[in-house]
Amino acid sequence: MSTPETDLDREILEHEVSRRLHWFDVDRRKFLQLLGGGLLVCARSRTARGQESGRARPGERELPKEMSAWLHIGRDGKITVFTGKVEMGQNIRTSLAQQIAEELKCPVEGITLLMGDTERVPWDAGTFGSRTTPTMGKQLRAVAAAAREKLIDLQAEHWDVDPSTLTAAGGKIVDAAHKRAAPYGDVTFGKNLIKDVPDEPRLSPASDWKVAGTSVRKVNGPDIVTGKHLYTSDVTRPGMVYGKVLRPAGFGATLASLDASAAEAISGAKVVRDGDFVGVAATDLYTAERALAALSAKWDLPAAISNKELFEELKKPQPSGDRNEPRVSGSVEEGMGNAAVKLSRTYTVEYIAHAPLEPRAAVAEWKLGVLSVWTGTQRPFAVRDELAEAFRIAPDKVRVFVPDTGSAYGGKHTGDAALEAARLSRAVGRPVKLTWTREEEFSWAYFRPAGVIEVSSGASREGTITAWEFHNYNSGPAAIATPYTVANQKIQFHPSKSPLRQGSYRGLAATANHFARESHMDELARELKMDPLAFRLKNLADPRLKAVFEAAAKSFGWGKRKPGPGRGFGIAGGVEKGGYVAACAEVEVEKSSRKARIVKVVEAFECGAVINPDGLRNQVEGSVVQAIGGALFERVLFEGGRIVNPKFSSYRVPRITDVPSIEVVILDRKDLPPAGAGETPIVGLAPAVANAIFAACGVRVSGLPFLADGVVREEKRA
Amino acid sequence: MSEVVIQLNGVSRSIEVPPDETLLSVLRNRFELTGTKYGCGEGQCGACTVLVDGKAARSCQMPVSEAAGKAITTIEGLAPAGKLHPVQEAFLEAEAFQCGYCTPGMVVAAAGFLASNPNPPREEILKHLSGHICRCGTYPRILVALQSAAAKMKKTP
Repeated sequence: MSTPETDLDREILEHEVSRRLHWFDVDRRKFLQLLGGGLLVCARSRTARGQESGRARPGERELPKEMSAWLHIGRDGKITVFTGKVEMGQNIRTSLAQQIAEELKCPVEGITLLMGDTERVPWDAGTFGSRTTPTMGKQLRAVAAAAREKLIDLQAEHWDVDPSTLTAAGGKIVDAAHKRAAPYGDVTFGKNLIKDVPDEPRLSPASDWKVAGTSVRKVNGPDIVTGKHLYTSDVTRPGMVYGKVLRPAGFGATLASLDASAAEAISGAKVVRDGDFVGVAATDLYTAERALAALSAKWDLPAAISNKELFEELKKPQPSGDRNEPRVSGSVEEGMGNAAVKLSRTYTVEYIAHAPLEPRAAVAEWKLGVLSVWTGTQRPFAVRDELAEAFRIAPDKVRVFVPDTGSAYGGKHTGDAALEAARLSRAVGRPVKLTWTREEEFSWAYFRPAGVIEVSSGASREGTITAWEFHNYNSGPAAIATPYTVANQKIQFHPSKSPLRQGSYRGLAATANHFARESHMDELARELKMDPLAFRLKNLADPRLKAVFEAAAKSFGWGKRKPGPGRGFGIAGGVEKGGYVAACAEVEVEKSSRKARIVKVVEAFECGAVINPDGLRNQVEGSVVQAIGGALFERVLFEGGRIVNPKFSSYRVPRITDVPSIEVVILDRKDLPPAGAGETPIVGLAPAVANAIFAACGVRVSGLPFLADGVVREEKRA
Repeated sequence: MSEVVIQLNGVSRSIEVPPDETLLSVLRNRFELTGTKYGCGEGQCGACTVLVDGKAARSCQMPVSEAAGKAITTIEGLAPAGKLHPVQEAFLEAEAFQCGYCTPGMVVAAAGFLASNPNPPREEILKHLSGHICRCGTYPRILVALQSAAAKMKKTP
């Protein structure tokens, strides 16, 4: 595996995206005709670097100068923007429209974003890694700026005036001197025009923003509150039937025998078998469920470990050895030798589930050799390729549509439901809708990796960290590097053989690594008898990280107020994906019962120039709430190749009654480029709460989740 | 199969269905009222909430035969003339959603709750919504939305 050269490459590798970056050429002129003429402005992809370094397989096209986004202005003035990014609650349908409106000088309402339709939008790796704002946002601003300039030039030519005397405003080209204006739709004069974005487009600085930078309401909010919005599971097709899949008795099980006679006897139901894949399709959901229940199968189950052996299992050396080399600077041995205070600790993280409220779903339809699939996925093109591969057809015979999705949090990278629906549909010759049950979602999706993290450190009596050694087993390398200045460090990620199917999750391993690092920092500060905030600031050089720590501390009253009896304060923070976060937590622990609750959280976040302040607040608040689940109670229990708690009644997620007072402090840095904000705000909460629990009751919790049994437990420490 | 008649969003509707099919499945798959969502199938998440004779109920837990003769209001029936219900307006104002999948259930539950509890204290609201899951974590905004809807509904009864 080659070393990632750019952040984007690294991102793609970490998200296990296939590196087969297909590009199926779209004839732009034909495409423009399909759109009814007008002006088409295209942005060149900046993601082509991987191919240029020769990673593409032989026979596959390279895409160095291909398109990553395009914008169309029709003769009716309708503005449509095409992007492979998808909306799943992170609010990019709105924030991208704002950025386009800002540069194109038109109302947000006049812009339609066509997202995640693989036949209409340019190839995109997927919506993950907080890349939409820093990459797609930037590209769409450039596209919009290029469109604006082209419109001005065209109109200047028509009016025979100097382009510099014209401006763009309110969806029109305005000639102030002659008191005249032309709506965008009129400017192309029936011509079909194609323009590429120049390398250095003139973009408005954030300090001049009028539409970007404001709290524009979610563009399809009215459809959401009225139930009009159609999620994948709401899509219907003429003649559609309902599918169900027979799940194995456990992970890795093989089908020993199947008796389908009872199911086949049910009127309106059809059983489909393809190797170990068994499913049913029926004219209505009720019948499909009945037919599924009537199937009688015997499975051969391989031996499987349970939660009890999990952490031991993850620590087992891998036959191939550690693929990832340690990142070393200075000498940890030397740094430890010079330390007055030394500490070695182990932290653990259980598997958790994304549990998006809309379970995986797909509607598949075969027509004239073309497979169309509606599905909620973060990677429409990868799902397209998955389908093409599974059915041995050309990818241009597959069209994937992604309706705005009922959330994902990193959990919808695969096309499982799409494959299943397509398989059933091909067998029965009708469109098939397949929606996973909650139990299927909890059992057969994939999980945030569990992990074991070992940290050893040393510090001088004055509180300077002299040595830092950090080993992460299985949970992942995201945010594994320490943001603190340490001369001697060794940091290593050790991949393990995971007993459960695991994958991406909001923030990836950044939560686990921040939990371990920031808990450890707190422990070090206490050994040194230093204030945890002062200790951090002493070892920090990064002014942006310092700024969020100081902002959170100030709003929280860190050092200014004292916790009441049974209560404690904790602080933690870090940087990941261009976002800077610091959280302060106040926790109450009942002395006798050791029941705990979070009383108050203040979280400061900075991600450069803010595109939509209220949307950003919503993301930060939501991250804090979701983080409470992973910190306090969420964990996937498994035994005998099955998930033991595949229901909301046994897998506890945050409820409205779990929510503490949450204060969000946003630092808007108009002088810095915007970064994504969907992930990093989730990483600070767990360590801040762990540190607050220690402050409240003197017990150090070192395993996520802290309150799996409802109370703070005394733990054996390595 | 049996014939079931329900008052669906103010209109009498008759349908031939298996009596034990869930009301949720009948609404979504037979009447194509897809605003009511499936989230868990065990009455734990509230995404399937509808009003049955004005009271919030989990349609995934109710056989359609139990709904016979009753008035069912779904999210589609909350703003019949296109004028948004005060709860819908309040959710928009507070932007009390992200992906929006839980929103119809939340809105319907809130509308039913506020209709019979015009001036609920904060704790009552929390208690009433503790059976609803918003996985995106917009709970603080949902609370704000309910409080402002309650105030609005008090002013214009």
